[in-house]
Amino acid sequence: MNELEHPTGDPYGAKDGKDLISGITVFPMEPHVPRKADIDPKAAIRAERQVATMFGLSSLMIILFIVAYIQVPADLLITIPVIGTLNANHLAIGFTFGMAILLIGLGAIHWAKKLMPDEEVIQERHALTSSNEERAAVQSSLQRGAAESGFKERKIIRRSLLGALALFPVPLIVLLRDLGPLPGTRLRETIWDEGIHLVTDATYKKIKASDIPLGGLINAVPENLLEIEHEEHNLNQRGKASIIIVRMDPADIVSQQGEAWDYQGVLAFSKICTHLGCPTSLYQQRTHHLLCPCHQSTFDLSDSGNVVFGPAARRMPQLAITVDAEGYLVAQSGFNEPVGPSFWERG
Amino acid sequence: MALSKRHPAALFAVLAVALGTTGAAYAAVSAQTAPKVVAKTETQVEQGKQLFLEGCSSCHGLAAQGASDGPSLLGVGAASVDFQVGTGRMPLAAPGVQAMPKMPSYNEEETAALAAYIATLGAGPGIPTAEMLDTTNAELALGGELFRTNCAQCHGASAVGGALSEGRKAPSLMDADAKNLYEAMVTGPQSMPVFADSTLSVEDKQHIIAYVAELQKNESPGGFSLGRLGPVTEGLFIFTIGLGVLIVAAVWIGAKAK
Repeated sequence: MNELEHPTGDPYGAKDGKDLISGITVFPMEPHVPRKADIDPKAAIRAERQVATMFGLSSLMIILFIVAYIQVPADLLITIPVIGTLNANHLAIGFTFGMAILLIGLGAIHWAKKLMPDEEVIQERHALTSSNEERAAVQSSLQRGAAESGFKERKIIRRSLLGALALFPVPLIVLLRDLGPLPGTRLRETIWDEGIHLVTDATYKKIKASDIPLGGLINAVPENLLEIEHEEHNLNQRGKASIIIVRMDPADIVSQQGEAWDYQGVLAFSKICTHLGCPTSLYQQRTHHLLCPCHQSTFDLSDSGNVVFGPAARRMPQLAITVDAEGYLVAQSGFNEPVGPSFWERG
Repeated sequence: MALSKRHPAALFAVLAVALGTTGAAYAAVSAQTAPKVVAKTETQVEQGKQLFLEGCSSCHGLAAQGASDGPSLLGVGAASVDFQVGTGRMPLAAPGVQAMPKMPSYNEEETAALAAYIATLGAGPGIPTAEMLDTTNAELALGGELFRTNCAQCHGASAVGGALSEGRKAPSLMDADAKNLYEAMVTGPQSMPVFADSTLSVEDKQHIIAYVAELQKNESPGGFSLGRLGPVTEGLFIFTIGLGVLIVAAVWIGAKAK
């Protein structure tokens, strides 16, 4: 119980630029220079008028806002040099409303800076702790409350209350069930299967292998996606099953993920980046590189879809394809590995 | 001292003479290197062959078979020549990762002759006819879907282009006309994959061309579009200009009044 804990009486603070306790100089005080408005009544009147003008202009802006809102046609486009062509109505109401609030702010700051009192004052700092008497009083009041409530004596109340409080968080834990159900095999499976036709995305046409030119790219989906078009979660299926088909000179193919998974240089790969699942179809036909637009992961489709650049940790899964009796592309089987980003249980 | 006594216009006169001389010299030199129409030949194909031998064969080989500096042109078709030469991408201004469009070096007649010659070397996509480029019956909504499925990944949803790897890029489509668009799809210039008529039908291409034309017409209702590149330019703008204005305002508010 020393002086520091007993701030009663003298306030802590700084005087003459020195801390009252330590005596250390806390900040150098510049000599006070009075403002023009403080010494020249004309300057004060001028400042007063400036502030009033800003507030007045703000009112004018609000009137102009209402006029512009009513009068300027909503579909009128005007061209302003540098800024470009824009909607006159939006410009007018945005400008007037913005200026109205800006002028109120500018006026308030101008008022404070030019006219409101401008003396340097010392902000007194008091210790934050309460006095010992106050602390003792609070403590005894709490103890008296505890004794009068009978919390100690009435065991059955105490125990039932503790039980109720202990059970109270249980619903929060039960609600965690809604994070599920567990994905099961859904992260590993797509609707691709043996014999499913590859069809063009958006137009759903079967694809003849002989129609694909060298250097060609087709964004494709499985034909059975149409069967579940109206089912719930069909977008999840689309997201997982989207593929790209490319054709390259078979001599350019360095390696594939499985033997004869191509058809005469036609290769099919998942479209979903193995990093974070962005659709990846920036195929550069001369280098056979597939670039993901999100984080620049680059896959070499002529070499098993291996990662040649970027943050992706896994190669792009390849879909084994062949042709049916009429020469249309079909899947040899589903994907051999999970498509899309890695997940905890993927292994 | 001596300088100050001269007439003030003297400096401008000297500058004008210097600039004029440099310009004239450059024009003379570039006129010598620019490809010229050579001796008139009887047929378009022969004229094209002559132009090819003079202007293109040093990179693409005497028989257009390709060499270390340029790919084979056998079977690329007339559409490819019309696109590459007609947009000024070929001849290359300088070797690099990507040919950039510029003022065409050959006039229309010469370009047509080159295209006709290359077309005789192997079957390839021809220059699209006016009928193929007719978009009067095109469906914009389907065009938009096809564009977002097949084109937007590289050229961007607003068709302003985008970056690829190793310095390559997908160009903006804002200035591309219907013929350019069609030829680019059907030939797959440079990094671009080929979207042949057999896999992306003529009608599908018309839908896409109509959609791109619609994008080109799009006004920017908000004014300064910042390149329509999305968060990159918008973020840069707000971090430099926006924060700059806020800092200036904060300094003004905190400054002591006089």
